[in-house]
Amino acid sequence: MSLAVVEGLTRRFDVSKPWLERVIGRQPKRSLTAVSDVSMTIEAGRTYALVGESGSGKSTIGRMVAGLLRPSEGEVRIDGEAVRAPRADVQMIFQDPYASLNPRWRVGDIVAEPARARGMEVEPGALLERVGLRAIDAQRYPHEFSGGQRQRIGVARALSSRPRLIVADEPTSALDVSVQAQVLNLMKDLQEETGIAFLLISHDLTVIRHMADVIGVLYLGRLVEEAAPATLFERPAHPYTAMLIDAAPKLDGFGREVPPPVGEIPDPIAPPPGCAYNPRCPLAIDLCRRERPALEPVGPGRAACHRAGEVRLEGVA
Amino acid sequence: MTDAPMLDVPPDAPVKPPSRWRRMVESDLWYAFRTSPVAIVAFAVSTLLILSAVFAPWVAPSNPFDPASLDLMNGFTPPMTPNDFTGATFPMGTDDQGRGVFSTILYGMRISLFVGFMAVAFAMVLGITLGLIAGWAGGVVDAVIMRVADIQLTFPSILVAMLIFGIAKGVIPVQNRDDMAIWVLIIAIGLSDWVQFARVVRGATMVESRKDYVSAARLAGRRGPSILFRHILPNVLSPVLVIATISLALAIIAEATLSFLGVGAPPTQPSLGTLIRIGQDYLFSGEWWILFFPAATLLMLALSVNLLGDWLRDALNPRLR
Repeated sequence: MSLAVVEGLTRRFDVSKPWLERVIGRQPKRSLTAVSDVSMTIEAGRTYALVGESGSGKSTIGRMVAGLLRPSEGEVRIDGEAVRAPRADVQMIFQDPYASLNPRWRVGDIVAEPARARGMEVEPGALLERVGLRAIDAQRYPHEFSGGQRQRIGVARALSSRPRLIVADEPTSALDVSVQAQVLNLMKDLQEETGIAFLLISHDLTVIRHMADVIGVLYLGRLVEEAAPATLFERPAHPYTAMLIDAAPKLDGFGREVPPPVGEIPDPIAPPPGCAYNPRCPLAIDLCRRERPALEPVGPGRAACHRAGEVRLEGVA
Repeated sequence: MTDAPMLDVPPDAPVKPPSRWRRMVESDLWYAFRTSPVAIVAFAVSTLLILSAVFAPWVAPSNPFDPASLDLMNGFTPPMTPNDFTGATFPMGTDDQGRGVFSTILYGMRISLFVGFMAVAFAMVLGITLGLIAGWAGGVVDAVIMRVADIQLTFPSILVAMLIFGIAKGVIPVQNRDDMAIWVLIIAIGLSDWVQFARVVRGATMVESRKDYVSAARLAGRRGPSILFRHILPNVLSPVLVIATISLALAIIAEATLSFLGVGAPPTQPSLGTLIRIGQDYLFSGEWWILFFPAATLLMLALSVNLLGDWLRDALNPRLR
């Protein structure tokens, strides 16, 4: 059953200079397209993972799904209703466990706020116990906790208003590796107990592989491939996905020569014509520089590539 | 690192969070205070002065504004010397009307401190509110508020205060002028002082409002005003505390300056500045004490509060440790 439907989602940011400077310098308005025509479906009780380099628009999509940002075009629909403002049934877990908890508030008040602000009854102690902390911790302040504990507090807060979907924006990238697994397993347990759906945003392929039911690969604000983990990691249909997988260090590959990725992510203010990946793509042909490929079914998943059938993994081939 | 001791606790031990008092005693601020002789002396002097002003009716030997207790024969008595006619002795001498200078200082300090505190409170409320709004709203609202602040800063604060004073003098009827003088002073000094609060709060608000806890509050369903006052305000207050302390010293001096210039507290309710102005008339005829003691008190008060503010600024600035 689909919970959230994202359709043609586009978000542009105005990055022009202040108008006075612009008028004096006779510069045109400039805008940055952070997310460009992304469509996807988040199933109830499943985990949809978005992966991509920094600047690929992962977080922007997350914030639009959560209702914190308005899309420039397209919409996010939950139960057929467009999301225009934050909702009780969509909550978020943030990347930085230090900045995401108000240092002047007691943990109990932080955790209870999404429920209390909407007039719902909530027991902060019980929420804290659900994420593996103690009820007495409600009396403490955030600075008294470690990074992993703080992230649990963030998870408890996200649970407080009984959400159906939690947007987890890089929930583990600020944590020690030893603590990452704890937080991820907590999320998995909660999903099994309560059937919460996650939109997991990460750049870490290991995390994604461990957590995701469906993976969406983003490049320069465009969804370039979408598939289940098994398909995506074994038979990537987009050259960018293949490059990501090849570039990730592997345990069995000591001493293996890995060709480093060529080039960098292009300027989102002036993206290249055609396929956004064409300047770095080893398979690029003229068509790729002229025409933006649509996301079309390739095998069991979907990919946006003119040469999807010819993509090979270095490690496999 | 303050969170280190918490990690040693076994996870199932029922630990009581430390009390407010314990947290204060163990805090960095208290340590910084204990180890700074300047801060201790400044705190002691300012507390002594403020308390003696607050309890002036019980501390002062006489009420200098009660005509029944005055004896003109006591006029111009030097400090610690018996009066030639009445034999009365005054610790800091008397002025031309036989009022004990010590008593007038205590009562005058009440006015000075009242005006100082109220002016800073007024500047704080105005500055914090406008700063929060400017930092949160951004764009045109921010530009308008901050340009008004910039224009305000181009006028010396004394000039602004005199301007407001002049307008008030024209608007308020003569018989109410003395009563209103104190409030006009407060508004005048407060209005010339709000800009620095607004600037600091605006900057801090811009930083805080980009943090994720604000996004979390929006996700919780809170809206602008509630986020501003419940989430952001508590996080922008520590620099405000520093400015408020230093502003208090400046406000006391500004009040004294205005009163000295004759546009401040009226002679019927003399502040330290008014006392200095009155005393100045007698300086060259040898009655130095009428000027000296109010001036010395003003100096001690302003200096101790200012030193306290300086210390607070350093103590709260982690980069200076």
